[in-house]
Amino acid sequence: MNGWKVLLVDDEKDFALTLAERLGMRRIQVSTAFSGEEALNLLETYQPDVMVLDLMMPGMSGSAVLGRVKNLYPNLPIILLTGLSSTAEGVSGISQGAFDFLIKPLQIEELIEKIGLAVKRRSSVEADRGK
Amino acid sequence: MRSLKDILSHLLDIPDERTTPERYHIVRRNIAILMLIITLVPLALMTVINYFEYQTALRNEILAPMRTLVNKAKYSFELFLAGRLSTVNFIASAYTYEELADEKNLNRIFRVLKKEFEGFVDLGLIDSRGTQVSYAGPYDLHGKNYVGQGWFEQVKVNGHYTSDVFLGYRRFPHVAIAVQHITDDGREWIVRATINTAKFDDLISSMNLDPESDAFLINQQGVFQTKSKFYGEVLDQSPLVLPKSFDPTVIEKKDPLGRDVFLAYSYFNRTDFIFVLIKPRSEVMKAWYTLRADLLVVFLIGLVAIIVVVLRLTDIMMKRMKESDDKRLLAMREMEHSHKLSSIGRLAAGVAHEVNNPLAIINEKAGLIKDLIEFATNFPDKEKFLNLVGAIIQSVERCRTITHRLLGFARRMDVEIQILDINDVIRETLGFLEKEALYKGVTINLNLDETLPRVPSDRGQLQQVFLNLLNNALAAMDKGGAVSISSFTRDDKMLGVTVEDTGQGMSEETLKHIFEPFFTTKKAGQGTGLGLSITYGIIKRLGGDIEVQSRLGEGTRFTVYIPKETPEQAGL
Repeated sequence: MNGWKVLLVDDEKDFALTLAERLGMRRIQVSTAFSGEEALNLLETYQPDVMVLDLMMPGMSGSAVLGRVKNLYPNLPIILLTGLSSTAEGVSGISQGAFDFLIKPLQIEELIEKIGLAVKRRSSVEADRGK
Repeated sequence: MRSLKDILSHLLDIPDERTTPERYHIVRRNIAILMLIITLVPLALMTVINYFEYQTALRNEILAPMRTLVNKAKYSFELFLAGRLSTVNFIASAYTYEELADEKNLNRIFRVLKKEFEGFVDLGLIDSRGTQVSYAGPYDLHGKNYVGQGWFEQVKVNGHYTSDVFLGYRRFPHVAIAVQHITDDGREWIVRATINTAKFDDLISSMNLDPESDAFLINQQGVFQTKSKFYGEVLDQSPLVLPKSFDPTVIEKKDPLGRDVFLAYSYFNRTDFIFVLIKPRSEVMKAWYTLRADLLVVFLIGLVAIIVVVLRLTDIMMKRMKESDDKRLLAMREMEHSHKLSSIGRLAAGVAHEVNNPLAIINEKAGLIKDLIEFATNFPDKEKFLNLVGAIIQSVERCRTITHRLLGFARRMDVEIQILDINDVIRETLGFLEKEALYKGVTINLNLDETLPRVPSDRGQLQQVFLNLLNNALAAMDKGGAVSISSFTRDDKMLGVTVEDTGQGMSEETLKHIFEPFFTTKKAGQGTGLGLSITYGIIKRLGGDIEVQSRLGEGTRFTVYIPKETPEQAGL
């Protein structure tokens, strides 16, 4: 898990920052954005391996962000975070190209596992491209 | 006193369904009374009118012949007497005094007379001084003087006389007829004849009366002139007092024998006789009594028929009314329940959603604390803090489960229809609980209908349904007992599964609320009160139905019905 770069997007600052710190303690580099717009801005300069995106956000919604990001950075794997009431949206997110979704509250081990899978997937896709 | 209007408006006032549980009795009673009134009153009225009409008509029809008969009889009597009178008159006029005074001559005339006219008993000549001059007959009346006797004086005044009946020769009843003759030169004599009244009896018997009836003559003093069948012999005094009437008159009275009778009579014009005809009422009115009985029978049959029909009709009506009321009530209750479910569902979803974010934060913060403690090299009381944080994280997990259930209840989870063997689903579900049943010492009886057709339904949701029901069944039993699960085909459209326990059962009150969300009889913290509500929601969503029967202390039976065809609204 060393050196993985993650962009965490969640409007709930407390949640995002705490989770970022916990991931940091596990040697994962995390940048946080608290809105969809901020995330898109950040992506111009920062290239994460994986994006973790909350679906329920005020302003630009998670699925809108998902659409834009998939357009701009088709290779970036995105893990969605959903509330319990929106598992259906999580499922439809996958059909829009998200890598997977997790239900809040999270279990950190599970998140890390998914991030790992996403990174692996990304590198294999890029390896394919490289050929 | 209440007026008719009040009573009617009271009868027409059908109580509202909310006012009283005895509403149906009252409605039924009122309708029955109204229907009976509007049918029976005209019927009774018609019967009464007919009764009196017929009575009058029949009376006239019966009494007119009696009058006619009396009139005819009286006429016959008068004709007979007039005939005898004119015969005597003829003898007095046709013969001279000398011819009549000659006894030989008189005897010859008498013989002819007897031959030609029946009933003559004797014949005699009396001179103007009242002395019997000559006589032909059984008595020896020669020289007898009649001056001062009533009849003699009457003959002198009226020119003729007919006596009342008297017992004469050989104790036979007789009538005496006397006629005065006055010649042109002023000589006068009287011819007197006696006739027996056998002819009277002939006249009466020729009327052909029925055995119960009687006819006789009396004089104006009420003395019998002919024998009466029931009331006395000739010359007995009769108790009858009859107002003077020369026209046939019918009166109703009680006769001396105590019978109700019709009495028809008429005074004679010339003599002081009265002809009397008596018929017992019962005899005369026989036709009327028959008719009256018929009328009564028709009325009673009508009455019974109307009552039966009215009661049956109101019965059927009430049944229908109650059925439709019940259906409506049930539909309303179901609607109310589903409204309640959906509004509570929305509330639950809102709560779950709102709680979820802070829960996620607590989870992360606690996780961070745990991380910090774990990553620190020498943290004082490390174990203790780790335990504390572990407890927080566990509690978050519990909250997560609760919100998950809440949402599961609230959310219209996607229904995933597959073709299922319901028996398999039951067996699978039972697999989760076998350990618990074993531990509790509960026997599980499976009565599965292996011929059950496979049906399209949602495996996961059905599992949840059976799991809930089985959980409840196990929870209802403290130690021992049995849970019976059967599957069967209800009809063309539905399969059924029953889950029956021998546990503590439920009260009526509990049964009423059993499918309501958050209703629980378990201790706080042991149940969410959502299980059966979720079960209900799932079954309804799958197009099925659920029923519960329970008795305190005896056990509870849940029956789930699952449609054989794909439910139309599945997945909504």
